[in-house]
Amino acid sequence: MMSGSDPSKEEFWRWQEYHRIVPDIKWSSKDVITAGVDVGSVGSKAAVMVNGKAYSWGITRTGANSPESANKALDYALKDTGLKVSDLKFIVGTGYGRVNVPMANKAITEIACHAKGANYIWGPSVRTVLDVGGQDIKAIKIDETGRVVSFLMNDKCAAGTGRGMEVFADLLQIPIEDIGEISLTVEKEPEPVSCTCVAFAKTEAMGLLRKGWSKEKVLAAYTRAMAVRMANLINRVGLERELVVTGGQSKNRGIVSRIETILGVKCLPMPNWREDGLDPMVAGALGAALIGKALYEKAQKT
Amino acid sequence: MITHYGYCDGSGEYYVVVDSDRCSGCGECVKICPEKALELVTEFIDLEDKTVAAVTEDKRKKIKYTCAACKPETNQTPCVLSCKTKAITCIWNPK
Repeated sequence: MMSGSDPSKEEFWRWQEYHRIVPDIKWSSKDVITAGVDVGSVGSKAAVMVNGKAYSWGITRTGANSPESANKALDYALKDTGLKVSDLKFIVGTGYGRVNVPMANKAITEIACHAKGANYIWGPSVRTVLDVGGQDIKAIKIDETGRVVSFLMNDKCAAGTGRGMEVFADLLQIPIEDIGEISLTVEKEPEPVSCTCVAFAKTEAMGLLRKGWSKEKVLAAYTRAMAVRMANLINRVGLERELVVTGGQSKNRGIVSRIETILGVKCLPMPNWREDGLDPMVAGALGAALIGKALYEKAQKT
Repeated sequence: MITHYGYCDGSGEYYVVVDSDRCSGCGECVKICPEKALELVTEFIDLEDKTVAAVTEDKRKKIKYTCAACKPETNQTPCVLSCKTKAITCIWNPK
């Protein structure tokens, strides 16, 4: 013990890793069992599907080593299922580190996977998907089958992404999982911070704190600025309903509700991922597993 | 699939737009680009791998600088003119 304080309490950016198995799904070796492994810049997600139905998934932090992160995420998704990697008929790697997914049969860009995943989670009415990842934001227009129609990525850096939120959680000493709700506790919405760069926004925020702004107000100003950037991106690709948010920031109520206010539309409701719903953070991995199933079946036919 | 590569700043929005459904993968635009900003990549469309043109990975977030010289040529840039299937367009919406 280095000191009397609990070190885990000081890591405000650290979000909860978890895995889930959907009850009531039984598999046998005859089933088409596929997996998607989405190695993002901040989180690594893996999902297992049985005959195209979500069966289990795992979410872990991406480490410095992509192949290791991919293995860790997949092992986490397979934990307690009785399945082994060799039981998987097809594995698709996706995300920022997709070329470094060692067990993947194929690597596919995350755009196609998020489109398919959003279509699986929310159904065919989804037309616009905003994927807010750890390091970039993507606005994707899709058709009723989950096929990508058009696509636009943010032109700058980590600003307005999951990693930026982690930096702010740490600066303001608010646990990352609470920042969304806390940013909504301000009575009056402050002016958004003017800097989009995380490093400069951090400096600007420190100035505001010194001026006497509350943590909540600073957080609201930052979250607002990020939501404005995301809404602009959606407008640039062309907003068409229904709109959904995927990726880690889909869990940030502060972001999602501000985007809704700016654009004047409601997103489709977030599934209850804490209990029995699907998790929009694994949309890419789910989409990858679905594409894996399609590729496996195609290979069987020829 | 239509991919927009570009940026939005004080001058407005600027995009190099590639329609991979139209792109034949001939590579003419890759050869002609004075900034070597384009390359041929393998894209996964409708369960098939297809060779299509794309802005190179390292230039994607630098379009502002890379494509600055061609920007005033609004949609008459070497890449646009070289494309026989009209798969590339350059959009500039000034503010």
